[in-house]
Amino acid sequence: MLNVGAIEEGFVLDHIKAGKSMTIYHDLKLDKLDCCVAIIKNARSNKMGKKDIIKVECPVDMMNLDTLGFIDHNITVNVISKGEIIEKKVLKLPKKIVNVIRCRNPRCITSIEQELDQVFLLTDPGKEVYRCMYCEEKYRGMRNK
Amino acid sequence: MRHLMSPLDLTVEELDKLLDLANDIEKFPEKYAHACDGKRIATLFYEPSTRTRLSFEAAMMNLGGKVLGFSSANSSSAAKGESVSDTIRMVSCYADICAMRHPKEGAPLVASMVSRIPVINAGDGGHQHPTQTLTDLLTIRSLKGRLGNLTIGLCGDLKFGRTVHSLIEALVRYTGIRFVLISPEELRVPDYIREDVLRSNGVPFEEVIRLEDALPKLDLLYMTRVQRERFFNEDDYVRMKDFYILDSAKMKLAGPDMLVLHPLPRVNEISTEVDADPRAAYFRQVQYGVYVRMALILTLLEVNV
Repeated sequence: MLNVGAIEEGFVLDHIKAGKSMTIYHDLKLDKLDCCVAIIKNARSNKMGKKDIIKVECPVDMMNLDTLGFIDHNITVNVISKGEIIEKKVLKLPKKIVNVIRCRNPRCITSIEQELDQVFLLTDPGKEVYRCMYCEEKYRGMRNK
Repeated sequence: MRHLMSPLDLTVEELDKLLDLANDIEKFPEKYAHACDGKRIATLFYEPSTRTRLSFEAAMMNLGGKVLGFSSANSSSAAKGESVSDTIRMVSCYADICAMRHPKEGAPLVASMVSRIPVINAGDGGHQHPTQTLTDLLTIRSLKGRLGNLTIGLCGDLKFGRTVHSLIEALVRYTGIRFVLISPEELRVPDYIREDVLRSNGVPFEEVIRLEDALPKLDLLYMTRVQRERFFNEDDYVRMKDFYILDSAKMKLAGPDMLVLHPLPRVNEISTEVDADPRAAYFRQVQYGVYVRMALILTLLEVNV
């Protein structure tokens, strides 16, 4: 198996659904960070068969956990300090997400006023339903399912 | 400061208080004739709507206030590309309250987020039209004496009709409500109304196709218009538009106290011969629309009489 060295300070996103790491890399805007990022694709996993992993050497508060929770709240976030896992963050479905997904309703005010933030609210946690704050259209796009 | 975006912005208690105020206005209009002296309402109508705009303007004038505004996007600065946020910031300097009709859904909410004056959603696309729902509730409560323990028939376009969806959402908060949903197969209520609103609140309902089957059991019949603009195919529209026509013969199947409501405008779904029937309440409904808007303006401006 390919070996990627352990990191001293930062975080490891584990149990990412295989093939989704690049999407998450872009959604978390990791390409904008000036730090070391390792993406491991199709790693062997007892639980999932195959999985992706992302390792990032930067303070964990630089990452938007709400965005990650929206994409897939089953991802494990390990916080690393001095080479050790010091905390496992539990992801939750965020109540509100801003500028992560776009409303596709052509009748929505956001379709003509481009400077408005794209805001979605969690309206049914049981069914994991998000609706546009403005027009209440249900988000029907794929998350990480 | 409060705004009104959806009928559900008001709790059942707040709604009762508002409807009580509207009934007091109906009984003692002179008491309220100068309640809004010196106040102005801006009616910002980005698309034409005769009834709603005139109703708001009449409401403010009945309260002694003044009216300013525009009645189409072409005659406003929107034609020059001004955003809703900028327009409301400007209007906040000219008026004390505003009613906004906009073809884009969520536009009044955007306005309310930056406004210095209360914003009333006067209809945003196919999304919400809260003052129509308040009008319907006031009409029902005034003429039936209650908002619970009613069997309500909703007839026509139940798929696209936002007034129907809002009315269902508002009425499920009362006890003893039953619905009979009367529509052709193609225009049945959307799944979310059936599942998330009716079934999840344990509200009994049945779906039928023939109006004649439903009429004998109703306390109230809410008719709606099949709107041409909702159809992509003209043939489908022509087939659907004549599906339900309420006439005197059908009215004979209904009980002596069944009321007929309609948000108007009607096309041909209620024959004019029904207008003279004492159970036809749709023109009285228009009058209640003015009273409830007067009550709403007073409430949002926090004017106590």
